[in-house]
Amino acid sequence: MTLRVFVSRDAGAVAVGADEVAQAIAQAAAARGLALDLVRTGSRGLYWLEPMVELATPAGRVAFGPVSPADAGSLLEAMLADGKHPLRLGLAEEIPWLKRQTRLIFARCGVIDPRSLEDYRAHGGYQGLERALSLGAASTLAEVTASGLRGRGGAGFPTGIKWKTVADTAADQKYIVCNADEGDSGTFADRMIMEGDPFVLIEGMTIAALTVGASRGYIYIRSEYPHAVAAMNAAIAAARRGGYLGTRIAGSRHAFDIEVRVGAGAYVCGEETSLLESLEGRRGVVRAKPPLPAHQGLFGKPTVINNVLSFAAVPFILANGGKAYADFGIGRSRGTMPIQLAGNIRHGGLFETAFGITLGELVDDVGGGTFTGRPVRAAQVGGPLGAYFPRALFDTPFDYEAFAARDGLIGHGGIVVFDDSVDMAKQARFAFEFCAIESCGKCTPCRIGSTRGAETIDKILRGERVDNHLALVEDLCNTMKLGSLCALGGFTPYPVMSALKHFPEDFKPQHLQAAE
Amino acid sequence: MITAYEPWDEARAAEIIAEHATIEGATLVILHALQEAFGYVPEPAIPMVASALNLSRAEVYGVFTFYHDFRKAPAGKHVLKLCRAEACQAAGGDALTARAETRLGIACGHTTADQRVTLEPVYCLGLCATAPSAMLDGRVVGRLDAARLDALIAEAQA
Repeated sequence: MTLRVFVSRDAGAVAVGADEVAQAIAQAAAARGLALDLVRTGSRGLYWLEPMVELATPAGRVAFGPVSPADAGSLLEAMLADGKHPLRLGLAEEIPWLKRQTRLIFARCGVIDPRSLEDYRAHGGYQGLERALSLGAASTLAEVTASGLRGRGGAGFPTGIKWKTVADTAADQKYIVCNADEGDSGTFADRMIMEGDPFVLIEGMTIAALTVGASRGYIYIRSEYPHAVAAMNAAIAAARRGGYLGTRIAGSRHAFDIEVRVGAGAYVCGEETSLLESLEGRRGVVRAKPPLPAHQGLFGKPTVINNVLSFAAVPFILANGGKAYADFGIGRSRGTMPIQLAGNIRHGGLFETAFGITLGELVDDVGGGTFTGRPVRAAQVGGPLGAYFPRALFDTPFDYEAFAARDGLIGHGGIVVFDDSVDMAKQARFAFEFCAIESCGKCTPCRIGSTRGAETIDKILRGERVDNHLALVEDLCNTMKLGSLCALGGFTPYPVMSALKHFPEDFKPQHLQAAE
Repeated sequence: MITAYEPWDEARAAEIIAEHATIEGATLVILHALQEAFGYVPEPAIPMVASALNLSRAEVYGVFTFYHDFRKAPAGKHVLKLCRAEACQAAGGDALTARAETRLGIACGHTTADQRVTLEPVYCLGLCATAPSAMLDGRVVGRLDAARLDALIAEAQA
């Protein structure tokens, strides 16, 4: 009997010891003379249970976690005997946290071997591309438009309209660019897809290429993600070998190939025009729009530039129809959103669900509150440029418009939870400081405003003309919001103003706070 | 995992540059390759890159200095990166950075006098559900606490 055992190779699992666990299981099996088929998967995204180990059984995959290397022996014994173990979680798919999700994009993540094209195909992979090839470009575009898919990088721009603009622009060369510069703190969904189901991204980009008539693609991955870079490169090589990238894709007359490019530690390169500059080999300085990248993008050619999650949603949409995707969600936010629960949270991880779930459900119910056990005081939604929400606003449904109506944004779907020890003035100051560190320097509101903002908050905390300086911060935020070229300067006011508005008590001068 | 870097060698640099010079938008790719070989981007390489790509020296220098990753001088033998972004702040990351600074006797962004350890901030490793996180010479570490941090520092100093 061969035991088929699954251990994640996702960076988040490796960071808490998955490699050591895999090694210990292999050694324990060898010591017992057991035949072992050890598969390294992506992560299911239940990070408090990582390293999670799964065993294939006739009833399904049984999960154990969180496993340490010292558990390897007892784990194997329990697996052989099909017996009890303190770390046994039951069938993986039945774990309530996983079961209550709607996994369309992440259906395969944590399940398949991310390096195996065969495994991908065996789990429904490339059905979307096959349908796109039989439908032709115009009908494929119609499916994407009907799905209501909006850019998952944060801006929420309708993907169908973006693709149509590129399709309608005549050019000798067009490009597909994937923005995998996932720099927002509290987000890791792009990383998980690239490490856990890289072929879905390749398939999504390939469908985009067929739809708009592009022959070259780039995936721009941040340098902080070495595991994702390695996983994508391995998958691209496998797709080429399998005839899914190259001159005749899946036996068709279309040619398309993808290359990975690695960033160099600049947050602003997550902004699409800055990313294109970087891909062209220049400083990541933001471009003024228009022209839109769809008209004049990479090397001045029409370019589809989308986030990892936008491309990764496309294979499902093509395989199942745009309507099947649009049936999920609320209002103008259709489909599912891979939400990332992070920071000081008990049950952190990847929670893909239809739009409409409230922030409070996500933080308290799904996330289980803080891991420190202290009360939740604030949640920053949408990365470093997203607003801090107090508990009073936890009834906000996860939806682009609902968050905008409350002066926030859902961005790339990251939620960072803070307990009651957080100092919101410090967080507001950090927002300015981070903007100052990462500003590309092209526009004045961002370049100068960020530094002046941090200085002004320092003055407030020192008790210098507090009312005047509070008014000044607000005025500065308005200037940055309206006058900046891109979202870095334009959205830094969100965390600052939300902290000021919802947590004014933290901005009292420090000597007064100390006296209280 | 310690990578042994090559000493600066103009012919080797020319070879690296030539290997990538013909691809689209080659500047970052070449700077990464040079840093991978030498551990930093040696100043004499800048005009060589400019000449190979038909760019001005100022333009290449501008790219080199824009990105946080590229080094002007070799780092310490080990590089310890601590995440300073919000998710790790929420999980107590600031106190861990302060602890590392005290233990190593340097401010974040500097290298110890014995050239053994470079301590650097990083703004998000994407390990935000197992925060706080760190990276030691390319190895990722999550759920960092004082004890795990001390072990990492000891490993780097050894």
